[in-house]
Amino acid sequence: MKLDRRAFIELTVGASLGAGAGITFSPLPWKLTDDVAIWTQNWPWTPVPSEGQVSHADTICNLCPGHCGITVRKVEGRVTKIEGRQGYPVNDGGICPLGAAGLQLLYGPWRVPGPVRRVGKRGERNWERISWDKAIAEVVTKLSDLRSKGKPDTVACITATDQGTVPQLFSRFMEAYGSPNYIRTASAEDTNELAMKLLQGKDASVGYDLEKANFILSFGSGLIEGWGSPVRTIQAHSKWRSGNGKKAATVVQIEPRLSNTAAKADMWYPVNPGTETALALGLAHVIIKDSLYDSTFVNNSTSGFAEWRKMVMSEYSPGDVSATTGLSAAKITNLARAFAKAGRPLAVWGRGKGTTPGSLYECMAVLALNALVGNINKSGGVWTTLRSTDLGWPEVPQDRIASSGNGKPRLDGAGTQNYPLVKYRPDELPKIINDNPEAIQALLVHEADPYFTTMDTNRVAEAFEKIPFIVSFSTYFDETAQHADLILPNDHYLERWEDIPSPVGFHKEVLGVSRPVVDRQFDTKHAGDTVMAIAKKLGGTVANAFPWDDYEAVLKEAMGADWDTLAESGYVAKAGSTPSGKFEFYAKPYEPIELEGDSYTQPLTLIPMELMRLASGAIGNPPFCTKTLEETELKGNDLFVEVNPKTAGDYGLADEKYAMLETYRGKAKVLIHLSEGIMPGLVGIPKGLGHTGYDDYLAGKGVNANSFMGVVEDPVSGLSATWGIRAKLTSV
Amino acid sequence: MKDAHHKGEGHQEGHGTVYKYGMVINLDKCTGCGACMVACMAENNIPFRKEDTNDRLTQNFWMRVYKISNGGSFPDNDICYLPRPCMHCEGHGHHNRTPCVTVCPAVATDYNHETGIVSQIYTRCFGCRYCMAACPYHVRVFNWWDPKWPEGMEEYLNPDVSPRMRGVVEKCSFCFHRLQRARNKAYSEDRREVHEDEYQTACTQACPAGAITFGDLTNPEHKVYELKKTPNAFRLLEVLGTNPKVYYTSSRAWVRKAADVYVGKEGSGVTHT
Repeated sequence: MKLDRRAFIELTVGASLGAGAGITFSPLPWKLTDDVAIWTQNWPWTPVPSEGQVSHADTICNLCPGHCGITVRKVEGRVTKIEGRQGYPVNDGGICPLGAAGLQLLYGPWRVPGPVRRVGKRGERNWERISWDKAIAEVVTKLSDLRSKGKPDTVACITATDQGTVPQLFSRFMEAYGSPNYIRTASAEDTNELAMKLLQGKDASVGYDLEKANFILSFGSGLIEGWGSPVRTIQAHSKWRSGNGKKAATVVQIEPRLSNTAAKADMWYPVNPGTETALALGLAHVIIKDSLYDSTFVNNSTSGFAEWRKMVMSEYSPGDVSATTGLSAAKITNLARAFAKAGRPLAVWGRGKGTTPGSLYECMAVLALNALVGNINKSGGVWTTLRSTDLGWPEVPQDRIASSGNGKPRLDGAGTQNYPLVKYRPDELPKIINDNPEAIQALLVHEADPYFTTMDTNRVAEAFEKIPFIVSFSTYFDETAQHADLILPNDHYLERWEDIPSPVGFHKEVLGVSRPVVDRQFDTKHAGDTVMAIAKKLGGTVANAFPWDDYEAVLKEAMGADWDTLAESGYVAKAGSTPSGKFEFYAKPYEPIELEGDSYTQPLTLIPMELMRLASGAIGNPPFCTKTLEETELKGNDLFVEVNPKTAGDYGLADEKYAMLETYRGKAKVLIHLSEGIMPGLVGIPKGLGHTGYDDYLAGKGVNANSFMGVVEDPVSGLSATWGIRAKLTSV
Repeated sequence: MKDAHHKGEGHQEGHGTVYKYGMVINLDKCTGCGACMVACMAENNIPFRKEDTNDRLTQNFWMRVYKISNGGSFPDNDICYLPRPCMHCEGHGHHNRTPCVTVCPAVATDYNHETGIVSQIYTRCFGCRYCMAACPYHVRVFNWWDPKWPEGMEEYLNPDVSPRMRGVVEKCSFCFHRLQRARNKAYSEDRREVHEDEYQTACTQACPAGAITFGDLTNPEHKVYELKKTPNAFRLLEVLGTNPKVYYTSSRAWVRKAADVYVGKEGSGVTHT
């Protein structure tokens, strides 16, 4: 066939028309498009969660000392949600972001899958799985060795609290083994307990009846940022904020920075940081001068008032205090009058979340303010909440080595001549070890992350390097675990039985028991059982100190008559006993806690900022919480510090630009966030970032605020009273 | 608003029982703690990534808490937190103008007249993101990546909410699956109505401050009915006429004012109801 031009064109056009018609009228392309759309949405790697029987179980959250009741929602064996437990005496149905994200800690890749031994260098994250028998045998070999060398006192043990059966098993182990170096990590509780000992003569902590107060004067407490038992305090805050047209309570926040608590308060007084004690005493001056104090209470139930009054009246007039604090004399006078006349005033102490011990004088001055208005151990007031570590256990049998070891002075000096008042001085440990590398030969760490939470991170890292043998009982690959030689992982808090002491800052006594609400996910073991297994393998009197078969037997025995109620409902709300005894006014002029550093070369003051969405303690922020951080707190892996635009102008800093932050203790590159909410001259740094442990969802993000801070000893207690440090910011 | 209420049953309109679920958020109580965001992420299987700290353009939130400021200089600066779920806009009149619904070419999102909830059907969505552009509240988010959970973490996923795939838009559903669950329970007990406490969103339930109140805005027995009428109540961008079902209350005038962004004299005729 001859193909001429005309035929070619006809053929081409015809074919095109045919194809067009074919495409238009054939279902094929439409079907293909539809298939493609469906295919793009049916990728097999999009998970389909399995269905099943839904059930609920109650337990107690153990992620902070707030100890809320929680209810988990389960689908068959899986926990799919953590919610606040309705009707629980602490949090009645509410939950905080960390508590709600507890699921991610349960199932996350930061769980230690079973006993592991370090391979390679410390901190390299190289682990080898070993059996439980082998892991326990390794600890026993090392500890037996130290014991046979007569050096049991070179073993130290750190736990987050000393309340409850598990920390007490560790404490008992140390005593039976022969070391006085059982240590609790630092918090405001140290100072609260010490103040109660000095002012009330009791082994107790401070509980605040927040709900019934109608005037709350907070000395820098982050009332809605995780202070005390966070959900309970936020619920009290809501009570203060409700009322028909008129708020049920007046809230006054004393803080150099516009925290959330300050923003929500009726009055925010940004006083010069570090002068809070002077302000409290200045307020007392006005209250005494105007005869607004509760003379009946002061005359009948206190001692030492005359001398204290003399000190307050001679040294803390509004004029003097105004010069120190930067608050006008008129404001001081008005605030004092409003407080004293409120009817149910309450002065609250404990900076931020209360994660550092702080100044003892400040704590005592705030408590004295409460005593002045007769606000001790009564409704809407400050309560002496008795704390006991006595579980009624038989005396610890001690062999010759144990009694000789226990006879040695504590390494941290607590309870010795220099520091007679305190029980523990954990912040001192890095210095002790760095000065004397032989001091600690083995370290046991349970439910604490001293590597991350202790101030002066660089010195802490050096000290850790010097300890020859470190055993972590951590559930997670936290920083301390990452730098350990052996990890003997504890069950997750949703997987285990444990008694839970009363929440911090709560004025009522609530004893709780957490229980397993999900099957053990990994090859973990209850830390109570692990420590007893180690003791039993050590033999002799160390083994004899633990007559129990297993941890559950320990728990049942310790709970005694409460066990049945605890097993059924999970908690016992106890009727608080009102301790007798007089309140002691402690008349000694305060000495300000000086900042470390040089005011000439480091003209700024760095203060930590504690945020509700950022866990700053031993538990690392789960991904859900880190995701909620503001874009002015973290950007990628870079941390923002907050400065006033005036400060930025003075030092040539610009918003969202890099700067070098430097203190006597540490140095790092940060981003600048300009905020009108912070006092000029201050630099605010979020506390809780800069993790190196856990995993990539948290590690490497930001800088650890503790790495810039050093330990400044409180002149009376010897605890760390650090509230900031001198700093320099230079644009880079 | 009509007054034809039947006790506890929502009001009748046409043949079906009609509810208008909505929220009243007390900004005086809200502490910005973020529990609502986390509870929402846990309830609704919202994915997260290693990298997504704080890239607000690509982060996936159904409930997001905004921090707003009065712009004052130290020490007159003030801040307020504002939780923002989907507003579930009703629009006005019979042909409602829910901004996202009107633009969706795939009918992947719709306004449900029986519940007042704006739905999102992931398998219908093909990711054109018109709805994201149309939504004045930025409640809609796009799945730029495959949802991936770290090893082991798929264990906690909620079977009541399907995990979404890459390439689709998602948003707050007022925890619609919880309504379905509550309805099933009611039907199994031979009831037609769902009680107020039977259907609460995850954020409402979690809020430690009790700042969020959720219920049927048309039912006088539900708490939201009175709360939305308090003098300090307002809604976001009322000038647009989107008729949102999320109300806020604040005792601070600057916060109420910040809720509307007027151009020129636009706001002069608008009253805050």
